[in-house]
Amino acid sequence: MVQSTTRGKAQLWVYACLVILFLLPLILPRFYIYLVSVILLTGLLATSLNLVLGYGGIFQFHHAVFYGVGAYATALVLTRSGLSPWLSFIVGPLMSGFLSLIMGLICIRLSKLYFGMLQISLGSLVWIIVYRWYSFTGGDDGIHGVELPDIISSPNSAYYFTLIVTAICLFVMYKIIKSPFGSVLQGIRDNPVRSEMIGINVRRHQLLALIIAGFFAGVAGSLFVVVDNTAFPDMLFWTLSLEVLIMCLLGGWFTFLGPMLGAAIIIALRTFISTYTTYWALVLGALMMLVIFFLPNGVLGYIEEKVKKGIIEPVIKE
Amino acid sequence: MDFIYAIIPPRVLSQILVGLSRTTILFIVSSGLSLILGVLRIPNVAHGSLYMIGAFMAYSLSVLFGGGDLGFWMALIGAPIGVAIVSLIAERGLFQYLYEREHLMLLLLTFAFSLVFGDLVKIVWGTEYKSVPVPQMFQGFVNLFGGLPFPLYNLFLLVVGPIVAIALWLFVNKTRIGKIARAAAVDREMVGAVGINVSWVFAIVFVIGCLLAGLGGVLVAPTVSVTLGMDHTLIMEAFLIVIMGGLGNIWGALLGALIFGLAQSLGILVWSQFGIIFPYAAVIVVLLFRPTGLLKSTW
Repeated sequence: MVQSTTRGKAQLWVYACLVILFLLPLILPRFYIYLVSVILLTGLLATSLNLVLGYGGIFQFHHAVFYGVGAYATALVLTRSGLSPWLSFIVGPLMSGFLSLIMGLICIRLSKLYFGMLQISLGSLVWIIVYRWYSFTGGDDGIHGVELPDIISSPNSAYYFTLIVTAICLFVMYKIIKSPFGSVLQGIRDNPVRSEMIGINVRRHQLLALIIAGFFAGVAGSLFVVVDNTAFPDMLFWTLSLEVLIMCLLGGWFTFLGPMLGAAIIIALRTFISTYTTYWALVLGALMMLVIFFLPNGVLGYIEEKVKKGIIEPVIKE
Repeated sequence: MDFIYAIIPPRVLSQILVGLSRTTILFIVSSGLSLILGVLRIPNVAHGSLYMIGAFMAYSLSVLFGGGDLGFWMALIGAPIGVAIVSLIAERGLFQYLYEREHLMLLLLTFAFSLVFGDLVKIVWGTEYKSVPVPQMFQGFVNLFGGLPFPLYNLFLLVVGPIVAIALWLFVNKTRIGKIARAAAVDREMVGAVGINVSWVFAIVFVIGCLLAGLGGVLVAPTVSVTLGMDHTLIMEAFLIVIMGGLGNIWGALLGALIFGLAQSLGILVWSQFGIIFPYAAVIVVLLFRPTGLLKSTW
């Protein structure tokens, strides 16, 4: 009973946010629309990481590689092939999912820190290939000025495209987490040995989760091409992966919408602080330290805790 | 000699020496990282930043002492000490409260540190490239292997590497603190229970690890342009070396650095455009067959 009202309230908030997001282009200038688009797709990236990290307990240290590969695949199909542009938005995520499968097959035998480091090593390999293969990927220049289909080429339509795709992806991921598969995944996170004992194929479940996460990261990459018309090698660099990890931590990694909130906070802060000073990394680092010390469950985790306390306490008194 | 050249061409031999001098730098930095990982269980991403700070301090000290030989030797002594002081402040100020946190948190915390250090370096030294001159006595080349020139400074590095390795071996195996640190790596509660102040032992080990990062930074400074961002590539390589060798195992770090350095230098010979792939491929192959590293991990 108590839980359902909390959930109802949370749902109301989500709907309200969606309505506001839909109306934003009417009031905001162009730059902010671009900013919100970037926040949305970065939030999608962070949420997809959280699927394996927060819910799966897998140390996916180099998640950005799937983001970058999705973006590059989309941009390459758009610029270099005669295929239908819409196909590119499917090719990007599929490539990411496929790469995720390969990397997962290699890494999955290891656990925790070893998994993460092997993953970083494989991801760096992909980064080097993208960075050095001038004739194909454009090297450190990246790919610029990608031509999009007319319907999504203006900033506002790109924004709506991003918003709709992000909303659908988040909904699908939410359903995945609430499905039996999601429960099994969380069970594996909390106790892999016991899960194995009751007959769950731990490796296969984790692998599937990795593929799903890679796929959605690829979607985020494709959306970046839509919003920014570019793809560049820094999208695959490991520092971006750690930044996305920070977003998950800041928002709260045991909550579903936490990573989205974290992405919003960090990108908004970066944009506004960068107008005053070039020392954004210093601010981010200091902010991170404060969060780790005082809000280990993240902002949304903290709010959730407070809300639960506020509602549950009177019930206990009765 | 001609007999050897018939089997291994001089070009390859000289490239092996280049790889070995790279190995020296990689070993010095990653052994510090491994020491910290093994004893304190901190995956210290800020280690790369300390390496960078070491290189920048070397620049400042060498300028301060006139840029000549004296400058280099003062930098070689002064910069690691400077880095050690910075790390001591960081350890006593923040890290010591976080030893019980999970690894992911520590990783992110140290990443936050590396961001802060990166910007502090930008504030102190600016964004321009800096160069540290090679000291007079190590300038020039020697002719090795059928007349191929080899930089004298790299020969110096090849001498320094084994010295550091032996010093580290003596520290870990022969000193009291080294023995306590090894014990603490296995069971820190037990070490505390017999009345040893584990907190300070940890601080000393942390500082020594960071000192090694600083030393690596000084030694690399004359061979590269000292610049922001040099921490990012190095910390990744150091982590991979440590993982490849076995977490916390210093000799693993040596073995890993050898594999990494040689794969890097020989890879360039094989395929210049994508030569940089080879060390990473080596890491992947090693981890596929030895999932927990080549040598025994202390974890």
